[in-house]
Amino acid sequence: MALLSIDHLSISFGGLAAVYNLSMEIEQGALYGLIGPNGAGKTTVFNLLTGVYKPKEGLIRLDGQDITGLAPAQISAAGIARTFQNIRLFRALSVIDNVKVGLHESFPYSTLAGVLRLPSFRKQEQAIDDRAMEILEIFKLGEQRDLLAANLPYGAQRKLEIARALATKPKLLLLDEPAAGMNPGETQELMDTIRYIRDELGLTVLLIEHDMRLVSGICEQLTVLNFGRMLAQGETKQVLQDPEVIKAYLGE
Amino acid sequence: MLNTIRRKYGFYIVIVLFWLLMTLLKSAGALSSHFASLLVPMTYYAIAAVALNLCVGILGELSIGHAGFMCIGAFSGAIFSLLTKEALPGALRFFLAFLVGIALAALFGFLIGIPVLRLKGDYLAIVTLAFGEIIKNILQAVYFGVDSKGVHLALDMTDFTLEPDGLTLIKGPQGVSGTPRDSSFTVGIIVLLLALVLVHHLMDSRDGRAIMAIRDNRIAAEATGIHVTRYKMLAFTLSAAIAGAAGVLFSHNVTTMTNITNYFNYNASIMLLVYVVLGGIGNINGSVVAAMILYLLPEMMRGLQRYRMLIYAIVLILMMLFNWSPALVEKRRKAVAWLKNKLPGRGKGVA
Repeated sequence: MALLSIDHLSISFGGLAAVYNLSMEIEQGALYGLIGPNGAGKTTVFNLLTGVYKPKEGLIRLDGQDITGLAPAQISAAGIARTFQNIRLFRALSVIDNVKVGLHESFPYSTLAGVLRLPSFRKQEQAIDDRAMEILEIFKLGEQRDLLAANLPYGAQRKLEIARALATKPKLLLLDEPAAGMNPGETQELMDTIRYIRDELGLTVLLIEHDMRLVSGICEQLTVLNFGRMLAQGETKQVLQDPEVIKAYLGE
Repeated sequence: MLNTIRRKYGFYIVIVLFWLLMTLLKSAGALSSHFASLLVPMTYYAIAAVALNLCVGILGELSIGHAGFMCIGAFSGAIFSLLTKEALPGALRFFLAFLVGIALAALFGFLIGIPVLRLKGDYLAIVTLAFGEIIKNILQAVYFGVDSKGVHLALDMTDFTLEPDGLTLIKGPQGVSGTPRDSSFTVGIIVLLLALVLVHHLMDSRDGRAIMAIRDNRIAAEATGIHVTRYKMLAFTLSAAIAGAAGVLFSHNVTTMTNITNYFNYNASIMLLVYVVLGGIGNINGSVVAAMILYLLPEMMRGLQRYRMLIYAIVLILMMLFNWSPALVEKRRKAVAWLKNKLPGRGKGVA
């Protein structure tokens, strides 16, 4: 059974069908790409998957569990984590605290324990600190742990968003244009990191991307959206050679 | 090691030293009676500013109704003390009065938070303003007392009659009188320290991180699994509770609360906001310093009569410029760098 299955998903804003009748299945351990021209509805799909929008029609199942219409925090608990196209870090918090927020649900000591500094606070905070450092090290951000997130360079901010998402122990990781604004060197490094996340940490990754080198480089399967509808679906190589897809991207 | 102590406990030590200095000066008779009478208000306004900064700076929601929570703490604490004046020894009674005032302010914070925290920005500010005014106006209008037949509550003096053994608790516009004068500078400082420890410990825990994450980016916080409503309610309720503690100190200092409009109207809420903004939004220790200085300033300028509010306003503008103006911030940064160059011993190694 697929890890994520989307079944006839639709949403419209004021008569405009932003996503219409979209179905797709993502297998456990896949590296899956969602591509399409600007305004095709890719980010809307992410917002539907993470509970920011409630779908008008359709069904979303994660690992067999129906998560359609759940609140964002519940969906995070169910096992979907995401990054954002326009970076959304906790800018006034330090780099490591951004990751620690992601570990919030994994170490649930009580408010009272926190305020009174009970043993459970000390023990769990130590564990939180260790775990956050482990995650930061994956992205080589350990050195910058005490910097404010807002003061990180752009590429590092994108990486920190992924680190924070990983901290929530997701089954499925959604990356919204992870390579946007990165130079070729940074993009190459990012591709390696995404492969590491899939191969070593065993996550399933769904990503939106415009950088075709990254898409053809790491995505095994693609869904192409155009005007909210599915235009093509399948193996990356075949999809990218599809004349309809080329037309949508380049025009006639 | 020394650095850690300074970073963690430095401000607490400063407050204790301040308390020590003032207590010594007072017992030596070096303080004017006017100045000595300002010490307790200084502590409760500092506590109220800490409470408001928790709401404005840490939670990131602008409240202009915190004088209302102070008002609830003041009245409920005072009423408790009046009821138990004979029955309980002073220290225990005052301690319990704190618990009552804090609990009631927290309860109101929780109840008001339910509708208010659904709003954003300006709307939230306006509704908190309205709640603050409602609380103050109701408490100013109500007649409340107990006698052998039970509790009496009325909005009109003519409807309000008690048996001979009755005890009037709130007498309409004349308010509450006869509250024991339990507040002292020492108690004020202790409560201030407790409030500071509470807020600092909260900020430095998973709950504090969650609250600040919501402030910085609500959508990302939700997507990261934070229950936004729960943590907004937690911070707002705690903030109201601390303001309630400041209120208990207030009512047990003035002992007679008539004409409460002057103390708990929206001007008072704005004044607390001024303390928070000038002390630095999100800077809890800064609120304490700003509240103490800005409370003392107009009081110390009473001799200047009608010019004092003018001078006060100018000082506020100057402080604002000093703290926030980009040009001045840049000049300050350069001045600090220049000083560091002049003093080579400090510039290297320490930073």
